[in-house]
Amino acid sequence: MRELAAIGVFALAAAMLPAFVSSGFVLHLAIMVLYSTLLGQAWNLLAGFGGQYSFGHALFFGTGAYASAALQVHLGLNAWLALPVAIACGAAAGALVGALSFRYGLRGSYFALVTLAFAEVFRILANSVQFTGGGVGLLLPLKESAADLQFSKAGFLHLILALTLAGFLVTWWLKHSRFGAWLAAVRDSEESAAALGVDVVRVKFAAIVLSAALMSAGGFFYVQYFHYIDPHIAYGPAVSVEALLGPIVGGLGTLFGPLLGAAALQLLGELTRNLAGDVPGVSLVVYGAVLIGMVMFLPRGVAGLVSRRGA
Amino acid sequence: MLEVRGLSIRFGGVQALEDVSLAVAARSITALIGPNGAGKSTLFGAVSGFLSPDAGTVRFLGSDITGLPPHRICRAGIARTFQIVQPFAAQTVRENIAVGAHLSRASRRAALAHAERIAEQLGLAAQLDKVAANLTVAGRKRLELARALATGPKLLLLDEVLAGLNPQEIAEVLPVVRGIRDSGVTVFMIEHVMQAVMNLADAVFVLNDGRLIAEGPPAQIAGDARVIEAYLGHGAAERLRRAAPATSVAAPGGAHA
Amino acid sequence: MLDLQIVLASLLNGLTQGAVYALVALGLTLIYGVLHIINFAHGALLMVALYGVFFLNARLGVDPYAALPVMVPAMFALGYGLQRFVVGRAGHGRDENILLVTLGLALVLENAALAAFKSDTRAIETAYTFSTVNLAGAMIAVPKVVAFFGALVVAGLLLALISRTDLGRAIRAVAKERQGARLVGIDVEHVFAMSFGIGLACLGAAACFLLPAYYVNPQVGNGFVLIAFTVVVLGGMGSFAGALAGGFIVGVIESLGGLWLGESLGQIGIFLVFIAILLFRPQGLFGASVEKSGHA
Repeated sequence: MRELAAIGVFALAAAMLPAFVSSGFVLHLAIMVLYSTLLGQAWNLLAGFGGQYSFGHALFFGTGAYASAALQVHLGLNAWLALPVAIACGAAAGALVGALSFRYGLRGSYFALVTLAFAEVFRILANSVQFTGGGVGLLLPLKESAADLQFSKAGFLHLILALTLAGFLVTWWLKHSRFGAWLAAVRDSEESAAALGVDVVRVKFAAIVLSAALMSAGGFFYVQYFHYIDPHIAYGPAVSVEALLGPIVGGLGTLFGPLLGAAALQLLGELTRNLAGDVPGVSLVVYGAVLIGMVMFLPRGVAGLVSRRGA
Repeated sequence: MLEVRGLSIRFGGVQALEDVSLAVAARSITALIGPNGAGKSTLFGAVSGFLSPDAGTVRFLGSDITGLPPHRICRAGIARTFQIVQPFAAQTVRENIAVGAHLSRASRRAALAHAERIAEQLGLAAQLDKVAANLTVAGRKRLELARALATGPKLLLLDEVLAGLNPQEIAEVLPVVRGIRDSGVTVFMIEHVMQAVMNLADAVFVLNDGRLIAEGPPAQIAGDARVIEAYLGHGAAERLRRAAPATSVAAPGGAHA
Repeated sequence: MLDLQIVLASLLNGLTQGAVYALVALGLTLIYGVLHIINFAHGALLMVALYGVFFLNARLGVDPYAALPVMVPAMFALGYGLQRFVVGRAGHGRDENILLVTLGLALVLENAALAAFKSDTRAIETAYTFSTVNLAGAMIAVPKVVAFFGALVVAGLLLALISRTDLGRAIRAVAKERQGARLVGIDVEHVFAMSFGIGLACLGAAACFLLPAYYVNPQVGNGFVLIAFTVVVLGGMGSFAGALAGGFIVGVIESLGGLWLGESLGQIGIFLVFIAILLFRPQGLFGASVEKSGHA
């Protein structure tokens, strides 16, 4: 499959990057692009392939992040074990939202609103509970060793690359499987899909669980890399927005859309930083304008320009 | 094959269906006709699981399917098309049909292959890689039919599959429908195009104002006074008979433009 | 268990706070009722209005209430322009696209404010900022009481506008049947823009009533967005009476919630109610006058 080959080539090239580049700054940039891609892949799964636009994806991110951080900080759990637990917790959050929303037929704007509400509920909870460190958040002790999933920049690059690769493979599987066909059918016409034998509620449910799992992996990585999490970072609107910007710019419902979008936005961010200095909020103004512009002029995203339905 | 008994559905202040009972024989082409607003699509909705009846039952191949959700009814062997077609617009013809094929095929390759076969059977082979949004009305209607057929149904509900087609296109679809029946699929169709009903149907049921007012073979229905009155208004049957006493009364509806 | 006096005070405070929520929600529900847009930028636009009132006071010494005749038309103009030239153009009619456009707008506004004003919280001081009035033994801040009556007046004006004027008739027509309205010669784009403008004008009024007892910073809108949505959905999308009732109910829930669960957890009650309404009774208390595009 051409697509698998493309993924492979990309993964290989990214993996070899540290061999050619030693600048910590460039490596950090690459890590951020891949991290952003992972978040975008998660959102893209539910929105681009499934047609359900979530505005509160931070819910899954934060749950994964807090699960991982809390277990490591309070119970001394090893980071390698914290990863699957974080994903399981994130998936459970996805199951909660999915079971409620889809069973009651929430769609479109109402679904977007309910995801926002859930994220906000969890943010308030995280802010008030000891387990999550309350408003102060949790600080992950610095222990640079592979056994603790904390590395040099190169190591982190490989870690995020592994996670993003998983995201690529899940997306690829979606494009070539029966479940993916069902999901796309639900996206394009729920009624027709039901009339053709697709169990719409179950398909949506599976999609949100999958999307949540990927998103929580992103939360896990954030904690490992930045060593810190608090309610605003975990459940605030910033992460939800970051997750949706990439796919919209790069191409909804495509394999490489999230990557293209993440790269483009990161580049744009750097450019803005160079031109406008370190004024807080400027890059987000640009992102907001880009979002409006994309919807206005390029609803298929950048990938939509390249081919009929992108890579 | 399909047995509807005492079906009643009410929408707010409107009794859409009242105590409707009918039966569709296996391997037949059965037509459901009636003026606009008679309740035909409502009946289809109840049979296919999109609407829940307030009273009555729907039995299919001996099992009670009343109130089951649409996807379960599809899996039981009933497929339907919609009056207002809803193709998966962003997907190709092949991908559209494959969704139906996936009902009994887990493998993507198998589903796509079956989609090709169905497309050939229905004359859509040339459009397999076209995006559904780019099809003509006739093409989309055919795609709708192909998707439903790909699920391998025992009973196919066609909701005005000829609406919006010109006479040439209608003439092309008629043998296709007959071919579907000949291949072993029972067809139950809502139709306004009387030429098709006369041509194809073995049995006809007539609905008016939510009630079943007549049933029988096409020729008999055509002369039925109640049917004529339903379409042309009160007293129409009498006027027609007085105007042309020697000949039998004309078919209701007339040619569809 | 709890001192009745404290509960009463909490109730009254909730009602007055709810009045402000109602003011914010009135505009939102109009915009949804007519344009079927869920305006995610509503909070950010409130923030813009608050800054407007703030600077009128800080730079020109204008009393917030006296600023009403300035803010309301100014916000109306902003709304008209935004709908005509940005939101209307970008939506392409699709629900999801409009969501994203208003989200983008919120991003732009909030962060432009952040860049321009930094994240400092500002407040104003007027002669009556700290005065209170004694209501049945509870001390309620004067600005809040004024806000309460302000909300009632604005709701009344809106209802009068919709039911008595030609514009109101046009708005109702467009809300009910867009194409039909177009066919009878109504300039639908103009009505959309007018509705959006009126919705933002309500925000202008809300800001004037809100600032005396509140504050402003670039993020202040975020706190209001979800609450405003809760009010609108609770009351029923497109219903003014609903927005008013919903606002009071939400205000009281928040106040009593804060009393019972403590300040930080207090707001959770609102969002749990919101989720419950979305799931179990999405048409809200007064049942939507428009059908829900977002529900099966």
